[in-house]
Amino acid sequence: MEFTLITLLNGLSYGLLLFLLSAGLTLIFSMMGVLNFAHASFYMLGAYLAYAISSHTGYWTALFMAPALTGILGAAIERFGLRAVRRHGHLAELLFTFGLSYLLVEFVQLAWGRAAVPYQVPAVLDRPLFSLYGTTFPAYRGFMMLVAALMLLSIYLLLKKTRIGLVIQAALTHPHMVESLGHDVPRVTMLVFGGGCALAGLAGVIGGNAFVTEPAMAAAVGSIIFVVVVVGGLGSLAGAFIASLLIGLLQTFAVALDFSLAGLLQALGVEAPQALTRLRLFKLTVAEVAPILPYLLLVIVMLLRPRGLLGVRES
Amino acid sequence: MLTIRAIAAVAGIGIALAAPAARAEQVRIAFIESLSGPFAPVGQNLLRSWQSMAELANTGKWAGQHTFEVTGYDSKGSPQETLILLQSAIDKGYRYISQGSSSAVGLALIDAIEKHNQRNPGKEVVYLNYGASDPDMTNARCSFWHFRFDANSDMKLEALTSYMAARKEISKVYIIGQNYSFGHQVARAAREYLKQKRPDVQIVGDDLHPIGQVKDFAPYIAKIKASGADTVITGNWGADLALLIKAGKEADLKANFYTLYAGTTGVPTAIGAAGEGRMRTVAYWHANNETYSGAEIVAAFRKKHNDDFYGIATYTATAMLAKAIREGGSTDPLKVAQRMSGMKMESLNGEVEMRRADHQLQQPLYVASWHKVDGKEVRFGREDTGYGWKTEKKIASDVASQPTSCQMKRPE
Repeated sequence: MEFTLITLLNGLSYGLLLFLLSAGLTLIFSMMGVLNFAHASFYMLGAYLAYAISSHTGYWTALFMAPALTGILGAAIERFGLRAVRRHGHLAELLFTFGLSYLLVEFVQLAWGRAAVPYQVPAVLDRPLFSLYGTTFPAYRGFMMLVAALMLLSIYLLLKKTRIGLVIQAALTHPHMVESLGHDVPRVTMLVFGGGCALAGLAGVIGGNAFVTEPAMAAAVGSIIFVVVVVGGLGSLAGAFIASLLIGLLQTFAVALDFSLAGLLQALGVEAPQALTRLRLFKLTVAEVAPILPYLLLVIVMLLRPRGLLGVRES
Repeated sequence: MLTIRAIAAVAGIGIALAAPAARAEQVRIAFIESLSGPFAPVGQNLLRSWQSMAELANTGKWAGQHTFEVTGYDSKGSPQETLILLQSAIDKGYRYISQGSSSAVGLALIDAIEKHNQRNPGKEVVYLNYGASDPDMTNARCSFWHFRFDANSDMKLEALTSYMAARKEISKVYIIGQNYSFGHQVARAAREYLKQKRPDVQIVGDDLHPIGQVKDFAPYIAKIKASGADTVITGNWGADLALLIKAGKEADLKANFYTLYAGTTGVPTAIGAAGEGRMRTVAYWHANNETYSGAEIVAAFRKKHNDDFYGIATYTATAMLAKAIREGGSTDPLKVAQRMSGMKMESLNGEVEMRRADHQLQQPLYVASWHKVDGKEVRFGREDTGYGWKTEKKIASDVASQPTSCQMKRPE
């Protein structure tokens, strides 16, 4: 029971961070149809900016400044780069964001070096939040969960309850109509792109000090957030939310499972042929393959339900 | 008419021309290592250590008139990248290669260098290994061209488990490590040696995780906690160890840690005050050794780089290389390698010997625990934590020694 509860909490907090990361990617895709390959790089940029700002003015300024700066940079990139490229179709967009991801990593390495930087959790949150059967739950993990929940709520309210949200949603399905009504559709897309990047930056601010801030951090999460977005259904925010939690829990619980094919057969009382028992693969435990399980899930979802759990678009 | 000054000048030129019997050469060492990514801090520290030792050797004329120069190349921790850099280093004329993080890379280097040396007689390359500690590298896959200045993981676990044998409080042990050759070797040796020395100890878990990829060790810590382990043995190093300890601290895991690389960059900070008395490490040396040997190096390194010097394998390697060059009067890799094979010398941890049979350095080992700096036993702290290592036990060279199965092919 103790173990299950702790692992559940760990899985949820990891899942919520994944959601924070993939929400921006999902938003950008659903509003603009652009699959932003550089999304994880904005996450990295957010962490580095937060490190730079927090070493001057403290963590709390960084929490707001770093996502804002990342968002502004994202908006500028959309306005002066992506917009021109979009005319040439999806392939050009993909290649543009792909190249951008490399540029951002190089930029970070030039500015902050190749090694990890000492970006620390603020002292107020560097303590246990509560204790469960003798296992303490760090306050910072609770804070991460809170930020993710608040963000989910504010995106929902923004899209469903405000005028801007109405325009954004309408621009998605009927851009020409929205334009004839006098709204500046290109500006809306710029805001959406910037907003998505700001969300990635926010994830960087709270993920960078919980884990490690280093140039490889974008590559480390880049593939997993694509898994989240595809499993959840391209463009579906609710889908991304469910997929994030699912993957977070899957990876966390898998670590605890020491089952292997060999063990399974043994439990069933089946005598495995010798050729099989000598295989290394046969003895691999679920715990050892935990890191690749999300990708297995991706393949299964693609096979059984190509549009993802809650996806609406046929891809 | 000749002035006195002119005579003096002519005489001076004559002496200058006559004096150097052999030409002073620069021995260039290519340091191929992870200088970016999760393990970069360790790589950067060791590059600085190598360069500081080269400087020390040059000013102290360790190799006579010959000098050393160490240049770093970033392998990003990948064996493929390392082999590409090895080739380019050879093309640039490097004859000495140093590497020490990751045995997977080390094994690839042994194969590549062995092949190169076979195909290019007269242009041999020597591999100075200061830290890759998979025992295979000096057993089944040993090579004449490979010299290991660190102790291998079997030697370290032999030392660690003989210390553990006397600790009655240990009853449940959890082994966790990185999923690659070295991690497997540590897990195997820990099991084997504990079985011999403490058959009553129960091994309650044995986990392998992908190297350098796990950012959140909380699930692993939850598992360790659930197993009821009072002791954790891990071969993790660098970021993988720092994050493991950090997660343990956050979840208030009470177990004692027995480690092989708790000295590496970033780990002391992660241990902090929470690890007092609970963190142990086995190493070939630490700054608070019985005579404080190496204290000047530690102080100078801190002053210059604002960093800790912990890799004395760089000292031993430079000193041995210098001795071989000085005594043999040649910087030729073949001659140097032949001299280093079987060489004995005094290093910072005492008398060491590069065993002729397998080129595994035989040296004393320390088991040390984490304590507050008190100015007496613990004089040097680590990474501004106010804590440092205190010797629990020094294991003599012959006790730490392990048999070898190496069948070395030696050039004539």
